Amino acid sequence: MDHSSIENIGKHLHNFPGGLKLKHYKALSCSKPLPAQQLPLSQEYIIPVSQHLGRPAEIIVSPGQQVKKGQPLSVPGNASSTPGAYVHAPTSGEIVAIEQRPVPHPSGLNSTCIILRADGKDDWIELEPVTDYRQLSRQQLIQRVQMAGIVGLGGAVFPTDIKLQGGAGSIDTLILNGAECEPYISCDETLMKQDPEKIIQGALILSQVLNIKRVLVAIEDPMDACYQKLQTSIKTLGAADCIKVVRVPMLYPEGGERQLIQVLSGTEVPAGKLPVSMGILVLNVATAAAIKDAIIDGKPLIERLVTVTGAGICEPQNVVARIGTPIADLISFCGGYTPGIASLVMGGPLMGIGLQSDSLPIIKASNCILALTHADISSPQVEMPCINCGDCVGVCPAGLLPQTLQMVIRAENFEALEELNLDACIECGCCDYICPSHIPLVDYFRYGKSEQRVRTVERKQSDLAKLRFDRREKRLAKQQTERRARHLKRKQALAGSSDKKDSVAAAIARAKARKQALTTTPRDSDSNTDSGEQS
Amino acid sequence: MEFSRSGAPHLPPENTVSKVMLQVILALIPGILAMVWFFGVGVLIQIALSILFAVLLEWAMLKLRGKPIRPFLSDYSAVVTAILFALCIPPLAPWWISLVGMIAAIVVAKHLYGGLGQNIFNPAMVAYVVVLIAFPLELTRWLAPRGLIDVELLPGLLQSLQTIISGLPANLSWDAITQATPLDLLKDGVEQNQMISEIRQAPVFGNYGGRGWEWIANFFALGGIWLIWRRVISWHIPVAIIASVIMITLPAWLYDPSSNPIPLQHIFSGALVLCAFFIATDPVTGCASRRGKIIFGLGVAILTLTIRLWGGYPDGVAFAVLLMNMFAPLIDRYTRPRAYGKPR
Ligand code: SF4
Ligand code: SF4
Repeated sequence: MDHSSIENIGKHLHNFPGGLKLKHYKALSCSKPLPAQQLPLSQEYIIPVSQHLGRPAEIIVSPGQQVKKGQPLSVPGNASSTPGAYVHAPTSGEIVAIEQRPVPHPSGLNSTCIILRADGKDDWIELEPVTDYRQLSRQQLIQRVQMAGIVGLGGAVFPTDIKLQGGAGSIDTLILNGAECEPYISCDETLMKQDPEKIIQGALILSQVLNIKRVLVAIEDPMDACYQKLQTSIKTLGAADCIKVVRVPMLYPEGGERQLIQVLSGTEVPAGKLPVSMGILVLNVATAAAIKDAIIDGKPLIERLVTVTGAGICEPQNVVARIGTPIADLISFCGGYTPGIASLVMGGPLMGIGLQSDSLPIIKASNCILALTHADISSPQVEMPCINCGDCVGVCPAGLLPQTLQMVIRAENFEALEELNLDACIECGCCDYICPSHIPLVDYFRYGKSEQRVRTVERKQSDLAKLRFDRREKRLAKQQTERRARHLKRKQALAGSSDKKDSVAAAIARAKARKQALTTTPRDSDSNTDSGEQS
Repeated sequence: MEFSRSGAPHLPPENTVSKVMLQVILALIPGILAMVWFFGVGVLIQIALSILFAVLLEWAMLKLRGKPIRPFLSDYSAVVTAILFALCIPPLAPWWISLVGMIAAIVVAKHLYGGLGQNIFNPAMVAYVVVLIAFPLELTRWLAPRGLIDVELLPGLLQSLQTIISGLPANLSWDAITQATPLDLLKDGVEQNQMISEIRQAPVFGNYGGRGWEWIANFFALGGIWLIWRRVISWHIPVAIIASVIMITLPAWLYDPSSNPIPLQHIFSGALVLCAFFIATDPVTGCASRRGKIIFGLGVAILTLTIRLWGGYPDGVAFAVLLMNMFAPLIDRYTRPRAYGKPR
């Protein structure tokens, strides 16, 4: 990473290859202001304990227990090698069950959920707001972020405290990502319009944590209102010298972390590395706002803005929804389904997950609930053979050859995937969307990636086995020579005195027997030699 | 409420193979109409015949290979192949020419190689080359374009049908209605060391290319540009072919205009424009990456000119495309774009 391009980050915009100009459908949900009345309390909240990327949390409540709003329900487990995040009660009430429930996940599998029955009082636990966060140390701030259960709200849900911890001292630019490039989704745009100060306050806190002087808020070109509002807040908070708002052209997947960095800096994140390696940290604008809530108000992350939209919804809008709210409650708050409703998606139309039911809960990753009609999805398309048209190559922002990858995966030639750089695929779905043969390319790539992972693990294991085998062979050989040397020495020593001949012969016989045992039962000998080496 | 889980992307697809093919067919119409104007309804009869044979053979092959019939027949790729082939053969060629051609295209070049998407060679060009080699006489009987023969001599619908089905009616003779194509004349002329200006005295020559031919080429180009505008094809191959032809022939013409034809002559004669926009752009047998497409186009241009100048056939387009088809996978391999984040 050469330093000059980081210095100039955000000053000139650059291009990334490929991408799609999509109809954005955002006005559907964000032309209206936030609803005046709050989403009414649901009867029951379904709170999955692993909503973040990483190891599941450790549950610290049990069925029958009364909890208050904001009380931690689960904490990150002990294994320190993988990240974890806190999960909190979205309202006060009773824990009625801890059980497996379906959750929004690409696999469609069940996951452990805490079921909370609301008592209607909505009682907070005692909050610990701080009046002046500037007094807090870096570690204290990061700890508060962790205790608030904050994860990346753009959809990646990586625990934010770990990102901040990892960026200690090496970051010099923070990018707040407000370039919501997927069609339909408008929750970040709404947040920037309604609560720009929260974001800027969050940005200021983050710049203290990271000890940096440069924060860029990236928004899309047409978001005029957001631009004005953010600028005003920056001025009122006196942050103009360190926070800049940059407008980036609207092109999907501009909001992808790596693409955004490319657009702002003209450089790419090196393969296999994280943006941190270039001194850049990217967080979603909503994450910054959540950090403000956590640090200044002491509030944990128990709700988020969700875009409820699509032609399948009567009154599309953005709603503040508590984590754990059954999606059905959100839908009825938005006037219910229109008659043509055909499918339900969490996330945007390109990367979203199809949901099997609206009884699933809102989770921290739920930026959008998209209800689509038959007209939106059209009849299921027959997959035709690849006609090598190259359209997918033209739109791929990662510079890959989707048609070749697809062919290689179909032929189960997984070894070739590495050379074709499948790992660089960000699963943006551009190729999938453009393909005239309707090949489910991203599905193939996910499959290919998982096969690749399996293979890497297998290879590691076999490498390890080989290493062990080699070491043991060496050890055995060494021992044998040592033993021989000892034997020789003793023989020479004994050569003078023949009266001990009997005992020598016995010793030789013993040694021989042991040697035989060594060669015939290598497993035993392995442990023998281990102890032998120590003595 | 329960839903069936759908996979991303949750958007109606922008494109389908049949949409692509239908637009290609649409884009061919102006050029086809121009051909009908200059060469009579025989053109349409050839197209109809070829489509008929192609669809029947496609159906039979799908059936034999146990493939679903409907989606594959309705992708219209066989129809496009048939039309492109029909546009390359003389309008009054006997019916079995298109039957043989379509067997070569659909049965051999397409399905024996594994069907749609798997074929290495452009089926229409395989068909054309097969009939060109097998029936050279029939393939040279190009009608004289309108304006060069008496309008009464231009065969009507019935006469054309009759000719195609059972041979030329007794009251007509091939000599009266056919004429050497401009490319034939050019080739012969150059071989006899005639000056270009002398050769161009022949009435078949128009302003740049052959009379009639240049108009047909214009109309094909029009359709092709529409395809580019609709993003059905990318500009890379057509531009690469035409630009390469100009750049290669320009120096020779500038150096000695009396023995080297003007670059426009090369472009506007024969099937070059049709090839640049419609044949070389066949995705299956071409290159996928943008750089690959440019190299592919350059190759087609060089080979076409080479064959036109030194080869045994007046127009080298078909051979050039087939040769480049062989190199396409190799070109794609060496023009791979650099993946994000990988060293340059
Ligand atoms: S899903 Fe992967 S291969 Fe397809 S366009 Fe996106 S990055 Fe490229
Ligand atoms: S877009 Fe689809 S049909 Fe075209 S080359 Fe890519 S995979 Fe093949």
